[in-house]
Amino acid sequence: MNGTGRLSSEMASTFTRMLSRRNTAALVATLGAGTLASGYLLSESGISAADKKKLYPPSADYPDLRKHNNCMASALTPAIYSHLRDKETPNNWTLDQCIQTGVDNPGHPFIKTVGMVAGDEESYEVFADIFNPVIKDRHNGYDPKIMKHPTDLDSSKITSGVFDDKYVLSSRVRTGRSIRGLMLPPACTRAERREVERVAVQALAGLKGDLSGRYYSLTDMTEKEQQQLIDDHFLFDKPISPLLTCAGMARDWPDARGIWHNNEKTFLIWINEEDHTRVISMEKGGNMKRVFDRFCRGLKEVERLIHERGWEFMWNEHLGYILTCPSNLGTGLRAGVHVRLPLLSKDPRFSKILDNLRLQKRGTGGVDTAAVGDVFDISNLDRLGKSEVELVQIVIDGVHYLIDCEKKLEKGQDIKVPAPIAQFRK
Amino acid sequence: MPFSNSHNKVKMNYTAEQEYPDLSQHNNHMAKVLTPEMYANLRDKETSSGFGVDDVIQTGVDNPGHPFIMTVGCVAGDEETYEVFKDLLDPIIEDRHGGYKPTDKHKTDLNPENLQGGDDLDPNYVLSSRVRTGRSIRGFCLPPHCSRGERRAIENLAVEGLSSLEGEFKGKYYALKNMTEEEQQQLIDDHFLFDKPVSPLLLASGMARDWPDARGIWHNDNKTFLVWVNEEDHLRVISMQKGGNMREVFTRFCTGLTKIESLFKEKGHEFMWNEHLGYVLTCPSNLGTGLRGGVHVKLPNLSKHQSFGEILKKLRLQKRGTGGVDTAAVGGTFDISNADRLGFSEVELVQMVVDGVKLLVEMEKRLEAGQSIDDLMPEQK
Repeated sequence: MNGTGRLSSEMASTFTRMLSRRNTAALVATLGAGTLASGYLLSESGISAADKKKLYPPSADYPDLRKHNNCMASALTPAIYSHLRDKETPNNWTLDQCIQTGVDNPGHPFIKTVGMVAGDEESYEVFADIFNPVIKDRHNGYDPKIMKHPTDLDSSKITSGVFDDKYVLSSRVRTGRSIRGLMLPPACTRAERREVERVAVQALAGLKGDLSGRYYSLTDMTEKEQQQLIDDHFLFDKPISPLLTCAGMARDWPDARGIWHNNEKTFLIWINEEDHTRVISMEKGGNMKRVFDRFCRGLKEVERLIHERGWEFMWNEHLGYILTCPSNLGTGLRAGVHVRLPLLSKDPRFSKILDNLRLQKRGTGGVDTAAVGDVFDISNLDRLGKSEVELVQIVIDGVHYLIDCEKKLEKGQDIKVPAPIAQFRK
Repeated sequence: MPFSNSHNKVKMNYTAEQEYPDLSQHNNHMAKVLTPEMYANLRDKETSSGFGVDDVIQTGVDNPGHPFIMTVGCVAGDEETYEVFKDLLDPIIEDRHGGYKPTDKHKTDLNPENLQGGDDLDPNYVLSSRVRTGRSIRGFCLPPHCSRGERRAIENLAVEGLSSLEGEFKGKYYALKNMTEEEQQQLIDDHFLFDKPVSPLLLASGMARDWPDARGIWHNDNKTFLVWVNEEDHLRVISMQKGGNMREVFTRFCTGLTKIESLFKEKGHEFMWNEHLGYVLTCPSNLGTGLRGGVHVKLPNLSKHQSFGEILKKLRLQKRGTGGVDTAAVGGTFDISNADRLGFSEVELVQMVVDGVKLLVEMEKRLEAGQSIDDLMPEQK
């Protein structure tokens, strides 16, 4: 009986009609049990993945995104899904694996989430039809097909990079780096993850001077080391955010995860958390210039050390540094301060001022927290389309402006909403 | 479509040793059984639908141990998993199911006439009675591995079948994603509503993907027969009522299940079943009957007795908190149910519960009256 063949063409015409309707609810509701059920083989050996693709055309698998508010849900259409569902990267990573986190997490209360991740460098290429509109949405219209991203880690170009310590409690710059040739955290196998750890730790062992430091593997950490790292606010924990766990990043925890930091505790690397590596430069007080100097110096040195062993970072001229989440493409850079703004934060113009300065506020506990008291985490909104130097300067200029406003309000003077900064370098 | 580890070809670029999970902190059945040699032999195998050994064990790698129960640490992605990965699963099944051998045959008995008594458990102590099991629809992948299309097809089949039930089984389906606020509240008040899993045991295996798509609850108008669709298994079938008439609960259970099975057969579908493993479900702990028959029973005195644990063990019973498997008991009220699933028939298991609970209540009454229970101590069943 050629049931499968006949069924396929029957279903193909039915589904072609449905696809043209572009109404997800109608697509799903019209799938009667009879359409699919009669094609089944009752054998215990199950259906092959290839047969499954015939039995379930893309329309049968299209996710229900009616309650969703993330970039993926805004960009995905049945046509795009249908075109991409059966494609794989050279490492067999699929579209469904990219979007799973966005299907599972309809929306975040404080931030419009991206709703998709890359499993490897090639994801951005193979699934460009969905990644590009998502990147455009998230990064203010940046078009990876035609635009080029500037990389600039020359910290000597920074001006006025020191803030008033009375307001700025701490300064921090972070980014991420991925090791080319190894799959990203949502997708990597245990051996790949261990390889990332090995490559990174070996390179970091070569750092000298003020950058010389030590690695603490999460599996081997002693109680005392753990407590110290917690007290220093360095220890990262197993992710609990469903945005990360649904993307598969927490698999095999805590295998091959760890923290490296220099002896002075001002340069810190996270290994195999949300990205292969997260690189952080930080210190108490308002010397953002020194923080960024160290950041650039450390990054360049680490890059040199991995090159020596034949490795490189994932990077291309359209997307800049390639990281797991499309929101971190380009520079992957978040430069920020913890700053006290008791009066300004209560001013109704606060949000608008931040917007125009291309800054973002968060609670001091990080992205999933609300601000507590008067201390805010203020950082750059943008990641892609502007260089590292440009973004850090934007933060510096912006924070100076905010502190200025705060001082004016202290004196009972009025403040002005600044003109909006231009989006991309012309 | 594949979940996380199914890009099984990449890992073949590394040796088995490089890929072998770190199980040094682990205490679950999978960690006890898996060895580097076994892993090396199994790592290049997959079922027809692409489920590999790393998919089977992911939940066990991610969850080193559970405080109240020794967990299995493995799941099946389809019916074939139990065959392709038998080298791993057979020893786990043997360990978990009291020495059940790969050559043993499992008896299915859903004839409630074969149950003796069971209608007279004292309602002053036995607050409610319940029997549940699961069923998987042959030909579809299981919850850790199924695609959205498959899950929806399962929902459609279930709803179609259930909608033709009549008499005491006539009822209604509530899809999780279409539920009104009012319906949701009612289902919560009835203690019927299941929520998106929060247990890391379930989440790590991929069962919560795409929630709440194609999940729902069906129950009869009398609220005594309930089916969960696409939670941890394709179908979970539950018969329950207040009080101690376990016989009635079991009779309804068997009748309902048999009807559902024939409705599926009419449409050309069967349940996953074989004579060695009985009914095939997602978790190896639920093989065989998949049956958990139990009561909520007040045992404030007996539960403090030093031999409580031993008595339960001899009776082949298990205690849980009244909130389900991940909870501890509150006050003196316990959920007491059969510890076994495989190697005993449904009738045999419910008989153990009925006889065992009767004895426990008798012991409770004695202790209440300040009397000894030494003469009541049971033999090992």
